Amino acid sequence: MERKLILRGALAGAAAGLIAFVFARIFAEPQIQAAIDYESGRDAAQHELDHAAGLPVEHAGHEIFSRTLQANLGAGAGIVLFGVAMGALFAVAYAICLGRVGKLRPRNLAMLVALAGFLGVYFVPFLKYPANPPSIGHEDTIHDRGNLYLAMVACSIVLLIGAVLLGKRLQPRFGNWNATLLAIAAYVAIIGVLMAVLPSVGQLAANVEEFGRHATETPLPLTDEKGTIVYPGFDADRLYAFRLYSVGAQVLLWGALGLIFGPLAERLLQPRKANTEHPEPVHNA
Amino acid sequence: MSNLSAPTSVSTPVVVPVSRAVMWLVGTAIVAFALYYFIGVDQGAYSIFGKDMHIHEFVHDARHFLGFPCH
Ligand SMILES: [Zn+2]
Repeated sequence: MERKLILRGALAGAAAGLIAFVFARIFAEPQIQAAIDYESGRDAAQHELDHAAGLPVEHAGHEIFSRTLQANLGAGAGIVLFGVAMGALFAVAYAICLGRVGKLRPRNLAMLVALAGFLGVYFVPFLKYPANPPSIGHEDTIHDRGNLYLAMVACSIVLLIGAVLLGKRLQPRFGNWNATLLAIAAYVAIIGVLMAVLPSVGQLAANVEEFGRHATETPLPLTDEKGTIVYPGFDADRLYAFRLYSVGAQVLLWGALGLIFGPLAERLLQPRKANTEHPEPVHNA
Repeated sequence: MSNLSAPTSVSTPVVVPVSRAVMWLVGTAIVAFALYYFIGVDQGAYSIFGKDMHIHEFVHDARHFLGFPCH
């Protein structure tokens, strides 16, 4: 049974990833291209400033893949494989939850696990460390940014599992509704403290040293030595659009994963209803 | 664990006794996390193939809009 569920999870994840990619290709890709153009323009302006000031001018390394390849094949492979990975993980969580989290139809459980995946893997970490288009993010801080993001993902997933276990423990005493609310409140409180304690990327030592105190790494206007703006800061509307589409792609991915997996799981589990009196020991797929 | 797979009154009985499925569940989770790592993290914050940037550059756009920190 577990193998059948995992296979269905991975397939549903691939399909969900494909849907998310089509969305991202249409809506997010133009934002990414515009951000890359902004970055190139900014680098050129920076070169001119450095040149005028008599500083050594850095040259960007050559590109390994063309933009066309990155935007289509690369992005597609990345999102579809992400969907497969999340689908497989989803199926593992689903298999463990089956029959252990109260009276839920297989389909409803699928939607709840998908919601948990969306929140735990993507959205809660996003609230602290939101997705950024190219040109936002300094090379020197990628190690710290990576660690902080992964820490946030790990904590949000672990705390979410903790909240489910807490809800289950509270359920006999407080009933379904109140136990659920209490578990959610505990999750929000702990994750809120964690978000307050973790530094925002702008506060990383390398950034404070080079750019002063800012909350984020979003590029500010570039100025010459007289303080005149020679290149604008990153477009706020573009950043908003990019993040909105990033959230949109994940809503689609997890939503489609739950919606595709649910009926598949129901069909897989339904025949067992007939002989629940004497359930067969787990079949191997 | 065997009592968990006994018939229950809930609409969805336990169908995957963790004791017997543990190899598949853990194995799948490990593969999924490895995939997650290569799509989102490798050749960025960490790099297990040294200075090579092929994976990073190939999935670069996906990395950005899946929310991973990048450049
Ligand atoms: Zn990047």
